[in-house]
Amino acid sequence: METGELNPNYYPARRAAAVVQHYLNTRYGSPYRWMFLGNVHNASSEDVTEGRKYQLELTIQEMISNVSGPCSAELLFPGAGTPQVQASCDWLLPNNTRAQEEAFYQQHRDSHNLVSGDRIPDSYGHMEPTMKPFWHLGGVASSFIMLEQSNQSTLYNMAQVANFTQLETEKDQLRFQYHVLLHEMVSQEIIHWKMLITWSPAEGVKVLQTDLQPKCNCEDPPDSIN
Amino acid sequence: MMLCLGSVGLVLLALTVQNGHGAPDSAGWNGKDTTERNYYTRYHNMTEISDWMEKMKRENPDVVSSMVYGQTYEERNITLLKIGLRSTKRKKAIWMDCGIHAREWIAPAFCQYFVKEILQGYKTDTKVKEMMKNLDFYVTPVLNVDGYIYSWLNDSTRLWRKSRSPGPVGCTCYGTDLNRNFYANWGTVGVSTNCCEETYCGTKALSESEARAVTDMLGKMSGDILAFLTIHSYSQLILVPYGHPNISAPNYNELMEVGLGAAKAIKAVHGMDYTVGTSPDIIYPNSGSSCDYARLIGIPLSFTFELRDQGEYGFKLPEDQIQPACEEAYAGVQHIITYAHDKAFYSSAATVTTTLWTTVMTAWVFSATFL
Repeated sequence: METGELNPNYYPARRAAAVVQHYLNTRYGSPYRWMFLGNVHNASSEDVTEGRKYQLELTIQEMISNVSGPCSAELLFPGAGTPQVQASCDWLLPNNTRAQEEAFYQQHRDSHNLVSGDRIPDSYGHMEPTMKPFWHLGGVASSFIMLEQSNQSTLYNMAQVANFTQLETEKDQLRFQYHVLLHEMVSQEIIHWKMLITWSPAEGVKVLQTDLQPKCNCEDPPDSIN
Repeated sequence: MMLCLGSVGLVLLALTVQNGHGAPDSAGWNGKDTTERNYYTRYHNMTEISDWMEKMKRENPDVVSSMVYGQTYEERNITLLKIGLRSTKRKKAIWMDCGIHAREWIAPAFCQYFVKEILQGYKTDTKVKEMMKNLDFYVTPVLNVDGYIYSWLNDSTRLWRKSRSPGPVGCTCYGTDLNRNFYANWGTVGVSTNCCEETYCGTKALSESEARAVTDMLGKMSGDILAFLTIHSYSQLILVPYGHPNISAPNYNELMEVGLGAAKAIKAVHGMDYTVGTSPDIIYPNSGSSCDYARLIGIPLSFTFELRDQGEYGFKLPEDQIQPACEEAYAGVQHIITYAHDKAFYSSAATVTTTLWTTVMTAWVFSATFL
């Protein structure tokens, strides 16, 4: 493994930067705030006693407001277990999303009309506009899993919200059951997870339970179509 | 009687409209959006793509023909369109294939877009016309036909990647990763030997009829092919051979220069960044890819394109991004094709210069001798 300055376009820096993206989503993400990695500008890494440490300068893009900004981060891949991230992105302030989040929260807080949805996005990349915040929320919640599962040999994205169901609001937190599909780039595998999550503007996204779903190899050959 | 038939007709019409995008029984050209601009901004199932290939031949009989060059596992035809001004002489070629991985729907959409663009372009653009005169474009809109059809069945099959051949004895899973099955350092790095996994490289190199079909075609044509382009998604990359970390292409510098030129052309269209490099540098090592095989048999300009996006939608790129994704990819591909063409037909500029110097030197020596 290269030590010292890394080429910021090469995969070791990019994979580490993706972990920073997941971390930022767990800290700052919401139905109206979802971060993605833009470019990596500088990267270096070294072996330390606890594992492998990375220093990164990168650009993060917030997808809903379409605002980008710089972040610095330090990341440790331990021998085993969840990567540890410290990141500062001074521009990631909660201001502009407050009103939308509050409105969304109030709209769904009353448990009389529990929402649910599936196949977000559908096969054509399409989703109903009312489903979009639930897609963002799924992406942010998935970041908890993706952060935990990441190592130097992985690169995760959420491929789809297979389905979600809103449960009764509890302790002022909106609650949802989510089934998500994650795409792991290096193995190219699609991995199914179920999660129980909560969210409120005050508390942010929390993941209470996660359940890895077994890969189903249970297929019959389809009848010839077309 | 007439009234009854009318009601039945209305019901049938309603059912067709309700089926919407590419249901297996929708006839692509009889749907509501038959304008060309709308056609190329939607995804199309295999029936629609096959119909479209026939239409391209019908409407451009002097420049478009098709060839079936192999069969899939499920015995479907693998078809390419051969596009170029007819010539009595043997022509140089550009190869492009799309859809080697079933779930990468933007790739076949791009192949369709590319064909449309060059068929329009050669009538008005002198450069495109020149290239159509000197070259033949061999375009396979969908290579992994079985996989592509499977990915259209329903939401649970949408993210299928591999072929649809059954696994070896003792394994109940289906499919081999066609882009790990070529005879190019087969089975060495970046593959799985587990037949249930997505990068399963097969029981042996060229176990898959789809990979054999491409291999056979390239074998027949190899001396003539100037550039080999294979189109995938996602990640916004232009990858150059080889997938093995310890092996360098002899023209790595040229490949990088041309690739970086293509990325620059792409960025100029909609501002998107495409990263250029070998797979082991940029994403992961791999072996048995079609791009590696093409370079190995001597095709100098072999590239793998990974189109939009960078993970937000991934394989399910929304249809409203098809147009911009194709526009930028076309600019990138055009850069490479133009380079390949000019190198073959104008590096007579290099030859001319050499000839000129030789003539001058000879004249000088001649005159020096006789003075």
